[in-house]
Amino acid sequence: MKIAVIVFPGSNCDVDLYEALHSVCHADVEYVSHKEKSLDGFDAVMLPGGFSYGDYLRAGAIARFTNIMPAVIRMAKEGKPVFGTCNGFQILTEVGLLPGALKRNDSQKFVCKTVPLEVVNNQTIFTRQYKDHERIALPIAHADGSYFADEQTLDRLEENHQVVFRYAEENPNGSLRNIAGITNERGNVLGMMPHPERAVEALLGSTAGLRLFKSLLETGSAKVEE
Amino acid sequence: MTKVRIFVTYKQSVFDPQGETIKDAIHTLGHDDVKDVQVGKFFDVTVDGSKDAVEKTVKEIADQLLVNFNMETYTYQVMEED
Repeated sequence: MKIAVIVFPGSNCDVDLYEALHSVCHADVEYVSHKEKSLDGFDAVMLPGGFSYGDYLRAGAIARFTNIMPAVIRMAKEGKPVFGTCNGFQILTEVGLLPGALKRNDSQKFVCKTVPLEVVNNQTIFTRQYKDHERIALPIAHADGSYFADEQTLDRLEENHQVVFRYAEENPNGSLRNIAGITNERGNVLGMMPHPERAVEALLGSTAGLRLFKSLLETGSAKVEE
Repeated sequence: MTKVRIFVTYKQSVFDPQGETIKDAIHTLGHDDVKDVQVGKFFDVTVDGSKDAVEKTVKEIADQLLVNFNMETYTYQVMEED
């Protein structure tokens, strides 16, 4: 599986994501600039954390207009894996590949710490190597991570098992229903505020994020059928 | 040319943490008479064209870019025309 890591102006977790895939998972991965128009030859695409376009207007709002985004949307529509963490999650909601929005943390503070999470759905291509309802801990680092959607959308997410990660014990940002990560209805697009790429080696303090990448890399067929 | 001011705020149903924090600060000033604070932002845009065309442009840019309708809403006001 060949994976693209998109680099936007202001991305700052692109290297973390690349190295998690390259150095730790020995995956075939390449950086792709936001200026490119094609993702031909890639089987999956990942949007890194950071502050694309300085979070101007709203986090992720401007990245939507980059050259590469039509190709990302096309891959999502084809059922190929699309993953966004932190700012990548914000971008995926802004382009409409995932429902809802990420708003300012209730505390008004930038929150940077490791938080306990529950794996709510371990039947996705991204979470197959986690146990059902497993408790893990992953780092978060954001000011705009409070997941918001209307009640109807939240109910639909739960009914379709699209809630993949939930904050356990404490809710660090005010996210409705403690939502930390969701997929689209088809299950091939995952967005989450926590950073699995920062928890892939014991030296980093945790390897809890590693199985997310391994789930994707070791499942063979990358494409999710409709 | 027409100058239009577009105001974007959270919807009434959406918790506005900045507004709450500012309200608390106002209360520490002794102004307990202030019951609610809503924070928003505005954009001054200068648009070329007829009145109808300007309104059409304003609505399009609000709908497609300036406002995230999951959580926000907007109003606008024509400031100057010449």
